Amino acid sequence: MAKVLVVTSGKGGVGKTTTTAALGAALAQSGQSVVVVDFDVGLRNLDLVMGAERRVVFDLINVVQGIAKLPQALIRDKRLESLWLLPASQTRDKDALTDEGVGRVIEELRSRFDWILCDSPAGIERGATLAMRYADEAVIVTNPEVSSVRDSDRIIGMLDSKTVRAERGERVEKHVLITRYDPARAARGEMLTIDDILEILATPLLGIIPESQDVLKASNVGTPVTLNNAESAPARAYVDASRRLMGEEVAMVVPAERKGFMNRLLGRRAA
Amino acid sequence: MDVRADPTRQLVRLRGRSYVAFVFSPVVPIVEWLAEIDATLARSPGFFVGKPIVLDLAAVDLSGPAISHLVGSLSERSIRVLGIEGVEEDRLGANMPPLLTGGRACVITRNEPAQKPEPEPKPKQTSLLLAEPVRSGQSIVFADGDVTVLGSVGSGAEIVAGGSIHIYGTLRGRAMAGVNGNSSARIYCQKIEAELLAIDGYYQTAEEIDVSLRNRPAQAWLQGDTMKITPLN
Repeated sequence: MAKVLVVTSGKGGVGKTTTTAALGAALAQSGQSVVVVDFDVGLRNLDLVMGAERRVVFDLINVVQGIAKLPQALIRDKRLESLWLLPASQTRDKDALTDEGVGRVIEELRSRFDWILCDSPAGIERGATLAMRYADEAVIVTNPEVSSVRDSDRIIGMLDSKTVRAERGERVEKHVLITRYDPARAARGEMLTIDDILEILATPLLGIIPESQDVLKASNVGTPVTLNNAESAPARAYVDASRRLMGEEVAMVVPAERKGFMNRLLGRRAA
Repeated sequence: MDVRADPTRQLVRLRGRSYVAFVFSPVVPIVEWLAEIDATLARSPGFFVGKPIVLDLAAVDLSGPAISHLVGSLSERSIRVLGIEGVEEDRLGANMPPLLTGGRACVITRNEPAQKPEPEPKPKQTSLLLAEPVRSGQSIVFADGDVTVLGSVGSGAEIVAGGSIHIYGTLRGRAMAGVNGNSSARIYCQKIEAELLAIDGYYQTAEEIDVSLRNRPAQAWLQGDTMKITPLN
């Protein structure tokens, strides 16, 4: 059974595109056939993060409008056989998407892939509502900041009311993914804690991705972070999250501050 | 095929079927009685469509031509008479409806949509229960009574109630109780981090709410025209 999963947040810059690419690659690595779909029409990025920007010929809008066939627009990843990209158009805007057109494309993707990951644009307008419209599951990407958490709360409300599933009286399965979690700042009490976030959002946790230079490095070279340096902390956290999406039980690791040498020497004070 | 192969005589099958007929009992003067019929038709034009109509002439003494005229007047109003009762057969001409006998009185059930009795109005809901958290951006408006929320009310969400508001999670958004001028309405919450509390138009914003109340179970009510917020335990 194909699953349509929307990666959304409301707020911009929290890591939706990074997450879509990383989860897509992790799922593909475990043998699933995956397509990542960029819904950010006009401000596309997923092609860059996937390192496919030079191979884009047709895009989602062309397929929605019937100008191109779906196989013409799909781009296969060079590293993973079962990972595909459906890019967005950079020259058009989100009004070029229609509800029926998106529904038709999603239906066609369902027959070809195990996972359809929709990278939602920021905001709550047309692009974001159409990205979530046909979703079976949702990953809500949240930073440990009040503004991000409130926007996520808003998006969860929309997932419960504006999706096809919600309108049929069914539920979209929702997961919170906390990204850019900084253990040092958390220890100093400068960030919302995991408990605070989960209490506000009242939605199960999919994973915690630590703030890391590896994420930036990976996107600069156009590789999903899970492929670029599989041993890095964010890569491992994303792989764990992808296993939880597939229904595995994986223990949750809260990133802790790595203590320096001096800290380790002086960290333990005698009573 | 079987029918054609069988040369034996086919039996005529007679079946019974009963319809409830409207019985018209004209009274003199006939002109006024017809005006009455016209009034009924004006109120519901389709009232007699598809209904068998029987004329009961027992109450009047009409001659053959007069009966013919009456039947004509009715057919001008698109009312076709199925049969006639309560008159001697010889008064009815050849192209008149037949004489009927043996009718039994019964109650007419009116099944015309416009005539249907209104279904009993449901008793109005006087409370609203929300089992899910109320998310940022959602607005719950319930003017008819109390609102109970089992989860939390997110920052940027609002609850508007004609009666009191009960929140069993954290209130981070806005709660407006007693909006229809109910000054005895109250707001209860398990944890207060509200952006705004209002009862019957009197309100307090987050800044005015005492810091010592934060994160505690609290209630808000009106004392005269000041809002009181006190801990609940």
